[in-house]
Amino acid sequence: MLRNTHRHFKFDWITIILFLLLAGFGWINIISASHVGEEINYFDFSQSYGKQLIFIFLTFILIILLLAIDAKFYERFSSVIYIISMLSLMGLFLFGKNVNGATSWYGIGGMTIQPSEFAKTATALAVAKFVSDLNTNIKNFKDQIQVFIIILIPAVLVLLQNDTGSTIVYGAFFFVLYREGLPKYYLNIGISLIVISILSLKFGGLVTSIVAALLILGYYLLIKRKSNVFLLILIFLISAGISFGIKFFYNALLQPHQKDRISLWLRLEKDPDKLEQMKKTFAYNLNESEKAISSGGFTGRGFMEGTRTTGKFVPEQHTDYIFSTVGEEWGFLGSSMVIIVFVLLLLRILHLAEIQKSQFSRIYGYSVASIIFVHFFINIGMVMGLIPTIGIPLPLFSYGGSGLWAFTILIFIFIKLDSNRINEW
Amino acid sequence: MRQFLLYIVIVLAGLLFISRLFYLQIYNPNSNNLFEDNAIRKVYDYPKRGFVFDRNGQLLVSNQPSYDVMVIPREVKPLDTLEFCSLLKIDKQAFKDKFEKAYSYSPRLPSVFIPQLSKADYAVLQEKMRKFEGFYIQKRSLRHYQTTIGANVLGSISEVTPGDIAKDPYYKRGDLKGKEGVEASYEDILRGVKGIKFIQKDRFNRNIGPYKDGIYDTIPEQGKDITITIDADLQAYGELLMENKRGGVIALEPSSGEILAMIAAPTFDPNLLVGRERTKNYYKLSIDTIAKPLFNRSIQGVYEPGSPFKLMNALIALQEGVITPQEIVTCSGGYRYGGRIMGCHCAYGTRNNMVGGIMHSCNAYFATAYRKILDKNGNASDGINKWSAHAKSFGLGNFLNNDLHVGQKGRIPDRDYYKHVYPNTFYSTYTISNAIGQGEVATTPIQLANMVAAIANRGYYYTPHIIKKIEGQDIPENFTTPKHTTIDKANFEPVIEGMLQVYKQGTASALQVKDIEICGKTGTVENFIKIDSVRTQLTDHSIFVAFAPKDNPKIALAVFVENGYWGSRFAGRVASLLIEKHIKGTITRTDLEDWLLKHTLEPEYAKPYSGEAFGINRNAVVEEVSPEEYKALKKQLAKLNNKNINAPKHAQTF
Repeated sequence: MLRNTHRHFKFDWITIILFLLLAGFGWINIISASHVGEEINYFDFSQSYGKQLIFIFLTFILIILLLAIDAKFYERFSSVIYIISMLSLMGLFLFGKNVNGATSWYGIGGMTIQPSEFAKTATALAVAKFVSDLNTNIKNFKDQIQVFIIILIPAVLVLLQNDTGSTIVYGAFFFVLYREGLPKYYLNIGISLIVISILSLKFGGLVTSIVAALLILGYYLLIKRKSNVFLLILIFLISAGISFGIKFFYNALLQPHQKDRISLWLRLEKDPDKLEQMKKTFAYNLNESEKAISSGGFTGRGFMEGTRTTGKFVPEQHTDYIFSTVGEEWGFLGSSMVIIVFVLLLLRILHLAEIQKSQFSRIYGYSVASIIFVHFFINIGMVMGLIPTIGIPLPLFSYGGSGLWAFTILIFIFIKLDSNRINEW
Repeated sequence: MRQFLLYIVIVLAGLLFISRLFYLQIYNPNSNNLFEDNAIRKVYDYPKRGFVFDRNGQLLVSNQPSYDVMVIPREVKPLDTLEFCSLLKIDKQAFKDKFEKAYSYSPRLPSVFIPQLSKADYAVLQEKMRKFEGFYIQKRSLRHYQTTIGANVLGSISEVTPGDIAKDPYYKRGDLKGKEGVEASYEDILRGVKGIKFIQKDRFNRNIGPYKDGIYDTIPEQGKDITITIDADLQAYGELLMENKRGGVIALEPSSGEILAMIAAPTFDPNLLVGRERTKNYYKLSIDTIAKPLFNRSIQGVYEPGSPFKLMNALIALQEGVITPQEIVTCSGGYRYGGRIMGCHCAYGTRNNMVGGIMHSCNAYFATAYRKILDKNGNASDGINKWSAHAKSFGLGNFLNNDLHVGQKGRIPDRDYYKHVYPNTFYSTYTISNAIGQGEVATTPIQLANMVAAIANRGYYYTPHIIKKIEGQDIPENFTTPKHTTIDKANFEPVIEGMLQVYKQGTASALQVKDIEICGKTGTVENFIKIDSVRTQLTDHSIFVAFAPKDNPKIALAVFVENGYWGSRFAGRVASLLIEKHIKGTITRTDLEDWLLKHTLEPEYAKPYSGEAFGINRNAVVEEVSPEEYKALKKQLAKLNNKNINAPKHAQTF
């Protein structure tokens, strides 16, 4: 009965509409960022925007396929999907194609496929499957280790392929695990680590240690007199150790270009000549993208009117830096709308996840929101100069078939799972 | 709580991004102005700069094409360097240096490889240019002076400075702008308005097409031709007479205020400031801080006017009714006041009325008149203010508000001026030097010429100006409106009679010109400089003012010749000759002409810098130029006379 009444409305149309809005507007900006000359032939498939149109068209076929498959399939075959996906990542070491220093692509005919984009979906399925298992208790240390391994395998594989950006995306699963009951100290340790690292790089180990000591002392005196003093001292010692040790990590483990990016972000470089040098090299993109966004003003210059976009001043503008096109041509109004639509999409997915009756669906939905959020945050934050340069695409916006399809699969598996919620009594 | 973490983080991230957008796009946006957008290349189309004609339609300044060899280093293909170098007349090392310089400026952008080729070199090179890929010839327009005179009148153009660009955003780097003379004062009219094309470029600075199909592009507006009031023949003649002297000459047409001649000596050939050699030549002219050829003495030179200023005092005395034309002042070889004496060259007991006082330039006469003006109401403070106001009504003591690019205010003192020297008591004798045009009074040649024009007009003047006609446009109304002085018409006659007598039997009687009634006044002015911080007197300046004819005057002028000793010696001769030239067109007093060409003051000017003791005035001998130079000057003179007869007055060359 119920099933029949809701037959046509069983998919969450709000999510689908938001998805289509983003993909459509993304394509419009890809036209601006990639067209050459005044003539635009939308079906010129030798151009990026023409290719992207094919990708979008194929996406619809993909969506129909994804929605046609039985919802139970995704849960049942999640392990298999995960394993295939991991194998495809490993296969890159043998057959991979090197593009821009990262060995992340398979070349098939004239096309390239980036398996790491799909690996996120596979990992989300695997994590959902593992954590929702009745035998798994995430508060249990042994189970924590197991789920970490599930996440770390793809993370390490893509790191080895020199795709640092994608590795960081796997951090998104922290939100998922935390939601599912990962002990609170993980959150505390995570935040502390980030804060300590940034503080000590910027202000040095001594200052950071003193700040840590004061905070711990304050905590002890004002909040919890009964806490274990030895534990607090241990925490302090570890914090101090990290404060002084981070410099070593920074110098020894990071690659030069990564160090440069962080030093620019934290304004560590004081030498004006070196800064000027940076502006001409790796910071060039950032500098140009900020200028492009800034020149958009309140209403923007209008579609295909952006002089910096038309002049291709921002390298990689149709891929990772696509948001600078939005900024220049659509101004504050358009860019804010894009951010609002992203936030609405994320909140909608989160909301749907929370109302799932199946734990698998909920965890998967949460993963979808987390992964998209991390992409969204890192990409736009980078393009606007808020965080160090990390090369990952803006979901649904950036040019590229693999990315578009991967996010489509990620989202529509969840839409399918969600549509099945009614049957799961 | 756990459920809300991601919600909160997402919303916070959204807010953070929107605030960042607000900062980048609204609080601190990049300009939307096309001119400041470095993604848009602005290509300018420069219009033809207007020509300059003299009052008789003789072309003075036009344009000439100039050819620069340009290079885009990246596009240069291997070439026959030997042939190329020989065509450009440079050696291989120079080729290498220039190429490297261009490359280091930018491999992709054009640089000037060889500026301003001669027409002959261009003709040869043009044929072979296509063999040298990456090089091309760019045509530019330079000024072409059709004359060698009037450098101070015409001025020149040069590339704008950052200061010019800051003042007027019309100018962009590399634009040319009038820097001196009429090129500067009529810059807006001469230059026209340049056209502009907006071209979209990419990040490699390459053009990728017109911006928005060129809807914002404009076409250039041609510069307008102007006609100036200068009579090129008179100017050339005056400049020749002033050779080997320093000073300034202004000749005006009293009935219109038009400047007939504006001579600054020493001067230079305006062609020196065109083209490849401009910078070098300009530097050479500018470092001559003794002769100062770039200093326009006729409008910038501030001198004590000396005796010609006595005319002013005579007019004021008459206007104030403190003296009548018939009143006799007895000169005792000087003027005694408060135990001091102001010398005079009159014999003891000479009795002068006004005409006599002007004719003999009697110091005692004018000291008496001056004191009477100041003491009229028994209060010298009021007196000097009234005196000052009368003098200022002749345009003295202030900028004339004319259309010349530079100028000086000169000085006519009033009570305020003396405040810090004489805070309380003030007597007319304190400023007695003003009576004879020395002391605190100071004027420029153009101000003095204007004063004479006002006398010639019997009470009014037109602001002296240099513009006669602007293509398709009227000249400013200010120049066609008479300015009235505070002196009544009737009071001019006795003064003019005195000036006439200066020529008939007074200090300029040796300078008469047949058939022309000239009214004049000589001036001899003491002057000092500091040599090693010792105040040293130099030979007096020779000054002369005149207008002619007495009725219906056609020309009024002021002549200053530095260190020329007495007024009629140098300045008077120049004045008489210019008057004859202007009125008759030919010269009968060739004796005066010869004398001026033959004599030089250069040795006089060199004296203070010689480090040796030297004599002045009667202890100095005026020297003659070498026979060769005299011959050369005579040849120049013959050329001028010839040209006057043969040259068609309305020749236009394009």
